[in-house]
Amino acid sequence: MSLMNWIDERFPATKVWNEHLAEYYAPKNFNFWYFFGSLAMLVLVNQILTGVWLAMSYKPDAELAFGSVEYIMRDVEWGWLIRYLHSTGASAFFIVIYLHMFRGLIYGSYRAPRELLWIIGMVLYVLMMATAFMGYLLPWGQMSYWGAQVIINLFSAVPVIGPDLGVWIRGDYVISDATLNRFFALHFLLPFLLAAVVFIHIVALHKVGSNNPDGVEIKKNKDENGIPKDGIPFHPYYSVKDIAGVAGFLFLFAAAVFFAPEMGGYFLEPPNFDPANPLKTPVHIAPVWYFTPYYAILRAVPSIAGSAFPGVVAMGAAIVIMFFLPWLDRSAVKSIRYKGNIVKGAIALFVVVFILLGWLGTQPATPGLTLLAQICSVLYFAFFLLMPIYSKMDKTKPVPERVTQ
Amino acid sequence: MKKLIVALLLAAVPLLGLAAGGGVHLDDADIDVSDQASLQRGAKYFVNYCLSCHSAKFQRYNRMAKDLGLTEDEVKENLMFTTDKIGDTMNIAMSEANAEAWFGTAPPDLSLIARARGVDYIYTYLRGFYVDPARPFGVNNVVFKDVGMPHVMWELQGMQKAVFHEVDGQQVVEKLVPVEGAAGKGKLSPEEFDGAMRDLTAFLSYVAEPIQLERKRIGVWVLLFIGIFFVLAYLLKKEYWKDIH
Repeated sequence: MSLMNWIDERFPATKVWNEHLAEYYAPKNFNFWYFFGSLAMLVLVNQILTGVWLAMSYKPDAELAFGSVEYIMRDVEWGWLIRYLHSTGASAFFIVIYLHMFRGLIYGSYRAPRELLWIIGMVLYVLMMATAFMGYLLPWGQMSYWGAQVIINLFSAVPVIGPDLGVWIRGDYVISDATLNRFFALHFLLPFLLAAVVFIHIVALHKVGSNNPDGVEIKKNKDENGIPKDGIPFHPYYSVKDIAGVAGFLFLFAAAVFFAPEMGGYFLEPPNFDPANPLKTPVHIAPVWYFTPYYAILRAVPSIAGSAFPGVVAMGAAIVIMFFLPWLDRSAVKSIRYKGNIVKGAIALFVVVFILLGWLGTQPATPGLTLLAQICSVLYFAFFLLMPIYSKMDKTKPVPERVTQ
Repeated sequence: MKKLIVALLLAAVPLLGLAAGGGVHLDDADIDVSDQASLQRGAKYFVNYCLSCHSAKFQRYNRMAKDLGLTEDEVKENLMFTTDKIGDTMNIAMSEANAEAWFGTAPPDLSLIARARGVDYIYTYLRGFYVDPARPFGVNNVVFKDVGMPHVMWELQGMQKAVFHEVDGQQVVEKLVPVEGAAGKGKLSPEEFDGAMRDLTAFLSYVAEPIQLERKRIGVWVLLFIGIFFVLAYLLKKEYWKDIH
């Protein structure tokens, strides 16, 4: 093909194709948990495309924003579909990412040599949360307004510089048109940064190679051509497999978009169908479900001398501590398949605690629930902080030389 | 370790019970948004009883005509009082300043009320007015305490009074009964009135999301398409993977 030669002499098109797809060797034993990386990219593309189309009709103006969303829902051709794809996509993104992170957790995908891959992934997670937080203000409903109020007030709780920091973020003394404008600008920018960091995430992945459910390094067993014996080319094997995964995902996603876009008040909260009113505080303010585990930790920590700052620190620490996971795990093996009962139990307990915290964050804080949130918060941190001890004590099983089916 | 998880979950059960308490009992609205006759009756009640004070400023008359199976002329003659442009939205003539002077607070726009409060709330609210001489308009409401709205449907329903019982030293409404005499009798029987309010609730649900029926209709075809696509994608994957062991 002369055209391809002409291009390859000027741009490494064939080289890139081969290195990252046709001759990128992935372990042949990927299971269900390995769909979520490609699905996360699919959802990111969905969010960017639907987001750009929403921006064509949306008005980032405190007087007009709420009405412009309803204009999209009623008068823009297929606007309701674009909007539901975007609002459902936001929650789907977090579901997919939480499952993707859980995969990393159970198979030890953060262990050497993949520490940097994990950290880049955590950067993606933080960027994603920032993007989602700013996007949630844009419909300018009651929960948009008061949810943002609560979160920005966290920054105001920082000693000394707090009040000025809050004003600097809002651009005003309260959440106002100025805040809405800047959040719209940043909500449009961040997804492209996110896409750039996804690229870096994949470059890092392809440098070290994919982990697998056995936690075996396939690069240690190569044939005479230097190809891993347990590896298969990503394309076509995993490209066709991921297409089937995409179809399965889209089925569930479309079921939500067309039949339950509010998802019982979790994807679209009922109070957000009331326009933002700075004079009327809702009875019960809860962030969207994907933030509620951290919100529950925030509320669980008692104020000290009238300052909510300790809670803010705990909430921040709950996220920061995950960055250190590669160095907290001292287990002799990577995969949960060869770990002992202590680590298996710890992970099971952590899942229960994380889900309970998520539920607690949606509920009003009663004394009983606050106590439960405090117990869960302690267990959440104990999972990470005690890991160097219990992961070392854990009785592991021998790891096979090659991957199993 | 599994025992610990079970113990933890069991420990949480009574707390869940605590969290679920409180709030007023709501009656099941049991609406059918696909019933066009019900929506048409609901629209009639809406424009006659609500639309003088409450707007539905995102709902266009011509969209309503199309979705409710009415001609534009039928809508113009029977359901449009505040405008003569069929493409207009359901606005009101009362200014916000006047509304605040008259009612203490501006009556909210009702375009999205069914999504903000839920249909059961609306159905219970509409049937939940009772005599309370302490209130400016002489009525209170079981689900919206000290509401600023008069009982605009009293002619249809008749007046109700509340029967209280005491819970932890607080007076709680146990049930609503018609007041004695002619004032307790409305133009409609209790069953007819409930039916009318069900129609009105259905109409408000339609107004909150006019696309809801179409969305589900299209959704069936989308799922069918993706289902077939999944089968083909799965067979393709199996074909490619048959040599991998």
